[in-house]
Amino acid sequence: MHPVIPYVIAALLFGIGVYGVLVRRNAVLVLMAVELMLNAVNLVLVTADATVRAYTGQTFALFVIVLAAAEIGVGLALVLQLFRLKGAIVLDDVAVDDVAAVDNPVDNLVDKPVDKS
Amino acid sequence: MTTTDILLCALGAVAIGAALRVVTTRHLVRAGLWLVVALAAMAGCYLVLTAELVAWVQVLIYVGAVVVLLLFATMLTRAPIGPSDELDRARIPAALVGLGAGGGLAAVLIFGYRWTKVELSAPGTAAELGQEIFSGWVLPFEVLSVLLLAALVGAIVVSRSTRGSGHGLREGAKH
Repeated sequence: MHPVIPYVIAALLFGIGVYGVLVRRNAVLVLMAVELMLNAVNLVLVTADATVRAYTGQTFALFVIVLAAAEIGVGLALVLQLFRLKGAIVLDDVAVDDVAAVDNPVDNLVDKPVDKS
Repeated sequence: MTTTDILLCALGAVAIGAALRVVTTRHLVRAGLWLVVALAAMAGCYLVLTAELVAWVQVLIYVGAVVVLLLFATMLTRAPIGPSDELDRARIPAALVGLGAGGGLAAVLIFGYRWTKVELSAPGTAAELGQEIFSGWVLPFEVLSVLLLAALVGAIVVSRSTRGSGHGLREGAKH
């Protein structure tokens, strides 16, 4: 096995992921491109593990997969919340200093006590 | 070229082709389905590289869970059915950066490894990988479990539908 083959595949996949993150305007598509980049890193880790049989690379590949699962959960929750607030998930429309969309974001996330009287 | 090399080249070609479709297709849902192909091809690469457990975890978590979540999010955010031309920004700068990153990394790795040859050992089983994790990496493993819990709770809190965000929905509908 020539390790350069999977390494080059991983590098190209990472490049494709970078392109996807930069070019896509839809938040879900950006998340898909991020998954591609994470997988490229996993391929490098597994290949390194196969060249030096130590199982450390595979361990870290598993850790990266778990981190990706956590990332996708939180990321999609944020995307859905963005959709609720804006009605669209086009990233170009999200201004970094946009605070006018909600009066007070913290208040909106916390349930207000119900007045029973 | 050994059988391993040929298999890796074929699976890598499938993965790269599918990944290209993910970032270039004009159909939102098809991007998710091409992602399945790319991730499955990567799982095949892991299998060829003797990382058996990682391959099956990849199939379970990525192909099984992550892609389903992404497709759910696509549907929940009222994705356009059919082709849409508004998915992409200017392509040239992004293509330059992507080519730079991918080509640069590939050049470094080719320069570093040349055409060296490595003998693959016997396929790694789950028992050996578990031994490694629970002998050397217990603390990161436990920290990861706490992180997963925190991420789950965070996701629930963020996506919870409250009266406040219902107000936001009505505001968003007016645009």
